Amino acid sequence: MHASLNKKALLVATIVTLGCVVISFYGSRKLQNFDPALIAYLFGTLFALFGGIYRYCVWLQRPPTWMYFRRTWQFIFKGSFFVHIWLLLEDSVKNLLFQRFIYPRGKKRWFAHFMLASGCLAAFAITIPLTLGWINFTLDPGTALDPGAVKLYNANFFGFKVMSFKLGSVLAFLIFHALTWCSWAVIAGAVIFFVRRLTNAGLIASQTFEGDLLPLILLIIISVTGLGLNFSYAFMKGMAYDFMSVTHAISVILFLVWIPFGKFFHIIQRPAQIGAHIYKREGKKRGMAVCPHTGKEFTTQLHVNDLKIVTKQVGFDFTLEDGSSHLDYSPEGKRSLLAKAHLKARQEGGSFFG
Amino acid sequence: MEVTAYKTDMEFFVDMQRCIGCKACEMACAECETNGQESMIHVNYVERAVTIQTTVQVCMHCDDPVCAKVCPADAISKDDFGVVHSANTSRCIGCSNCVMACPFGVPIKEEKYDMMMKCNMCYDRTSAGKKPMCATVCPSQALFYGTREEISRMRPNSTPVNTFVFGEQVVTTKVNIMMPKGSTQLKVH
Repeated sequence: MHASLNKKALLVATIVTLGCVVISFYGSRKLQNFDPALIAYLFGTLFALFGGIYRYCVWLQRPPTWMYFRRTWQFIFKGSFFVHIWLLLEDSVKNLLFQRFIYPRGKKRWFAHFMLASGCLAAFAITIPLTLGWINFTLDPGTALDPGAVKLYNANFFGFKVMSFKLGSVLAFLIFHALTWCSWAVIAGAVIFFVRRLTNAGLIASQTFEGDLLPLILLIIISVTGLGLNFSYAFMKGMAYDFMSVTHAISVILFLVWIPFGKFFHIIQRPAQIGAHIYKREGKKRGMAVCPHTGKEFTTQLHVNDLKIVTKQVGFDFTLEDGSSHLDYSPEGKRSLLAKAHLKARQEGGSFFG
Repeated sequence: MEVTAYKTDMEFFVDMQRCIGCKACEMACAECETNGQESMIHVNYVERAVTIQTTVQVCMHCDDPVCAKVCPADAISKDDFGVVHSANTSRCIGCSNCVMACPFGVPIKEEKYDMMMKCNMCYDRTSAGKKPMCATVCPSQALFYGTREEISRMRPNSTPVNTFVFGEQVVTTKVNIMMPKGSTQLKVH
């Protein structure tokens, strides 16, 4: 298969990646706060960023995607800006953070996805800034030298202190084990999905190993080896630590490198759903399309008009002789028109049945 | 999807003039595991005010599916057998582009799921060498799944047609419609 390089996407991805390198260089105080043990993760993260941005830009250039993207921002910046921003935030919390749209598809399915998504997003939020050297932890110098003082630990962001906590406190325990909690959440979600994929006949028929099962296996490996690292130094005196750390690094880097190409790209695509909601809401305000066959409203006129443009852009022309379009008809209208044309052909053929 | 027993000599033949509106296909369609027990077939009155004519519509599985082309999320794909699959649940953003662009009026936007769904020719069954549920229960054989030889024996005065004209657009499909003998296309507009 021949795939040509998309220059626009390449340019944007390169600029963003270089921007990230510059921010990381200065954010880590000229690498002073950068952890060299994370160098492999750094390259994986930069590749994921480059690949993700590249694919996102290629994806945006598809006519239907571009139409939604353009319209969404047009609607946000034209008219009731604050109302749109409020709805955007509300939708983001509901659909991105809590993935509310999955709940009607199944409570267990929602729970599994929520666990999986929360675990992954929280882990991203912790590990990516750590890898890029944006976040680091230091022992508070004021308490470090005093043998009688309770030791304080500082969390720094771009080298600036943002919070302190006592070593040995509950908060310290929760913070130092944050990735452990993420791992348990991911394992719970991934195992439920894995069992579902092995037992649901519909999924068995339509899924692929690399597209559906491998991502779950990879997430489980990442989480289990991540937990293993903790388990190894906490309970096993460091036994098998090397094995765990190498396996963990390989699986995490595979995951990062795969984000732009495989199943995980849906994480980056999902916010487009909010754009579709804004589009629909704004379209309703502007008026509904009425099907010439059924006489009923079926979608927004904006949607019909935009689809006429998009279908032409992707190589389809449903224009009719009288200048109207087949797209002016509702789905029910289209089905009826097909049946009427079929009836007419049968009548002209001299027999209703053959 | 990787290992299948899909029978490439089997085809779908639809004759909507034979549809009696019994909706047995609707009930059967809901048994399809790939739909998650949602009925995806359409049975509707053509023009209720003037006729009792009903029509039945399955996905025609276009050779060049417009639903996939207008999908902003790349959620719809066609496999090597020509089956156009229902939206990938992780990608579909529920925009309804496919619903409104399909020339046959097939995809359904399930509002409760904020997701598009459609007939995928009972892929759980056809990939195992079986017939789609709707075709197994249709009492009038408006829906038939079998070989070309079988249909030509059963319908000697009809010709399967898979070319449709919608104004300027010509659409070819995997699924056939039974037309008067010698027909080459169905002109809708």
